Amino acid sequence: MAEKLLTTDAELGAAGEAAHPAAGQPLLRIEGVAKTFGAFRAVDGVSLDIGAGEFFALLGPSGCGKTTLLRMLAGFEAPDEGRILLGGKDIAQALPHERPINMMFQNYALFPHLSVSDNIAFGLKRAGMARADIARRVAEMVALVNLEGLEKRKPDQLSGGQRQRVALARALARRPQLLLLDEPLAALDKKLRESTQGELMELQRRLGMTFIIVTHDQEEAMTMASRIGVMKAGKLAQVASPRELYEAPRSRWIAEFVGDINLFDGESKLRDGHRLIIGTRDAGSLVVAEPREPVGGGKLSVAIRPEKVKLSRRGPVGEAGRETAINLLDGVIADICYLGGTTTYKVKLDTGGMVQASVANSARLDVDAYSVNQHVVAWFAPDDCVLLTS
Amino acid sequence: MSSRRIFARPARLAAIAPYVWMVLFFLVPFGFVLKIALSQTAIAQPPYEPLFDLAAGWDALEAAFGALSLDNFRLLASDDIYVFAYVRSLTVAVTATALLLVIGYPIAYGMARLPSRWQAVAMVLVIVPFWTSFLIRIYAWINILQHDGLLNQILLMLHLVSQPVVWLSTDSAMYIGIVYSYLPFMILPLYATLAKMEPALEEAAGDLGAPPWQVFWLVTFPLSLPGVGAGVLLCFIPIVGEFVIPDLLAGSNSLMIGQTLWLEFFTNKDWPVASAAAIVLLAVLLVPLLLYERLQKRQLEQGR
Repeated sequence: MAEKLLTTDAELGAAGEAAHPAAGQPLLRIEGVAKTFGAFRAVDGVSLDIGAGEFFALLGPSGCGKTTLLRMLAGFEAPDEGRILLGGKDIAQALPHERPINMMFQNYALFPHLSVSDNIAFGLKRAGMARADIARRVAEMVALVNLEGLEKRKPDQLSGGQRQRVALARALARRPQLLLLDEPLAALDKKLRESTQGELMELQRRLGMTFIIVTHDQEEAMTMASRIGVMKAGKLAQVASPRELYEAPRSRWIAEFVGDINLFDGESKLRDGHRLIIGTRDAGSLVVAEPREPVGGGKLSVAIRPEKVKLSRRGPVGEAGRETAINLLDGVIADICYLGGTTTYKVKLDTGGMVQASVANSARLDVDAYSVNQHVVAWFAPDDCVLLTS
Repeated sequence: MSSRRIFARPARLAAIAPYVWMVLFFLVPFGFVLKIALSQTAIAQPPYEPLFDLAAGWDALEAAFGALSLDNFRLLASDDIYVFAYVRSLTVAVTATALLLVIGYPIAYGMARLPSRWQAVAMVLVIVPFWTSFLIRIYAWINILQHDGLLNQILLMLHLVSQPVVWLSTDSAMYIGIVYSYLPFMILPLYATLAKMEPALEEAAGDLGAPPWQVFWLVTFPLSLPGVGAGVLLCFIPIVGEFVIPDLLAGSNSLMIGQTLWLEFFTNKDWPVASAAAIVLLAVLLVPLLLYERLQKRQLEQGR
C-alpha cells in the first residue's frame, strides 16, 4: 500500500508542476472582482494573488462575502466586475465543468444514489478516463483517505467523518490545479475536527496542491493556512500570515475578530525616543513602541493580547522590574475564568477600565492563583502593544 | 401503569380505524360487486340472479351459491370487444402518462428553481383550475376544439393551417383533454421531490466536470425518480378507467374500458358483465401498484 501511495504522490507532483508552467506568475490571480446581488454588494473589489502550493484561508464572519468569492472561483457565480486568472488564463466567465478546479462542499453534497466508489469516480468518468484507469485511481483515492472496505456503501450508510473523507477523495480524484474547501470541517465535532485539520494539512503538503479554504473559525484558519485573507463586508481587510495577523492586525476590527484583545482608546500625547505615550481614558498613560508606519494625530487605540498581560501581587519582578518604561496598572480581580491550560483573569483597574490577562497554568497546584477582589498589578511591555488607528 | 392503560386503548382504536374504513367502504362493496360478477343476468329488479335471501333457509342459500359461475369472466376473455377495450385503455393511459411526464417535468423543474416567493404563486396557478367543476372545464374544451372554436381560429390566423382542423371526436382531442385534466397530478409530486433536492448536488456534478445535460441525466433525474413514480401512478391508474373525457372528446369507434363498463351497466342493463369487467380492471391496475410498492421497498432497504 505504501508503494501505491508513493506512485500517487509522484504522479500528483508531476501533475502539479505541469499545472503552472509560467514561473514567477501566481497560480491564481483575482483582479478587482465584484459581485452584486440586487442592492447588496457581496464581494466588493477583491484583488488577491495565490501561489502554487499555498494553503490559503478566507476568514470572515458570516455574510462577509467569502463564500461568494469561493463560488466565483468554482464558477457557480459569475463576477460582475474583474478578472480571475488561473495560470494566466481568464476563467471568470467559464462554466464550472470547464474549470480545472474542484470544490469540497460544506455539507459534502455527496450523490445519495451512488456508492462511495461511484461518487469518487463521477468526475473521472466525466473526464473520459479509461475504465481500468478509473478503477485504479478510485482505489488510490480510497486508500488516501482510509476508506478501504466502504467502497460499496451509500452515503447515508456512512458516519459524518467518513462522508467528509468521501467528499475530499471525490474532489481530489481529478487532481485539480486548485482545491476549494467550503467550511469543510463545520459539520464535525471538535475532536474529529482537530484531527482532520492535521490530516488535511499533511495531505496538502504531501500532494503539493493549492488549497483555498473558507472558514468562519479563526482557530481553524490559523492552524491550517500558511496565509489568511480576512474579509469584511465584501472587502479583503488584511492578507497576512497567521502570526502577522495575530500580532500585527491592521485594524481594530481585525484585532477583535482574531482572538481576544484588550483595547484602550486614547490620544497620542508625547514622543520619547522610540516610544510614544498615549493618554487613554480607562488606563491612564500607556507607553507603546513607535509603529513602523507613523501614525497621525486623532483617535488611537492601544491593543494588547491577554496572554501578554502579566499579573503579580506587587509589581514586576526580576529583569522586567528594572525596565523604566513598563506599563503598570493597579486593580482588583473581578472575574476568574478557568480554562484548563490557562486561566483568564478580568482585572478591574483603579483608573476605571478593565483588562484581561491570560495566565498559563504551569503548575498543578494553584498556590499562585489569584482570588476575586484580590489586589493585583497588571503589567505589560511597550513592545507587546499594538497601536491601531481605525 | 394506570396512565399507560388510559392511553393504550384509544391508541389501539385509532390504529384499527383505517382497517374498519377499508372493510366497510372497500372490502364489503367489493364483495357485492364480486357476487354480482358471478351471477347471471335476469329481467328482474335487481337485474341478476341468484339472490341471497337469508329468510329462505339454509338449502336455498346453498342452491344460490351453487348457481354462481365464472361465465361472465369467460365472456370477457372470449369477446374481442372487451379485450380491445382493455388494450385501448392501457395504450391511452401509457401514451397520456408519457405525454404528461414530458410536459409536467419541465414545468415542475422550473417551479422548483423559482425564487421561493414565486414558487407559492406558481403552485396556486397549478391548483386554480380545480376550483371550477371538472365537467365544465371539459365542455369548455369542446368549445375550444370545435369547428369554429378558439384553437382553429388561432391556427388560421397564424396561417399554420389553410382550413379548420377537425379536432372533436378524435384521439387528439381526447389526449388534449386528458393531459390538461391530469397535469396537476403529475406536476405536484414531481415539484415536491425536485424542490427538496439539495441544489449543491447539481453544483457538485457541474464542478466534477458534467455539462448541464449530464447534470440532469446523472443527478437530477435519478434523484427525482420517487416523484416520477408517484406522478406516473397518480395519472396512469385513473386514466385507465377514465370515462368522461373519452366519452365527450374522443370518437365513438373505439371505446375505453370505462365507456364499455358504462354501456354494459346502463344501456345493456347487464350488471354481472359490467361487474366482471370492473373486477378485471382492478386486477390489471394492481400490477403497477405492486411493482411500485416493490420498488419503494427496495429503495428503502438500500437506504438503510
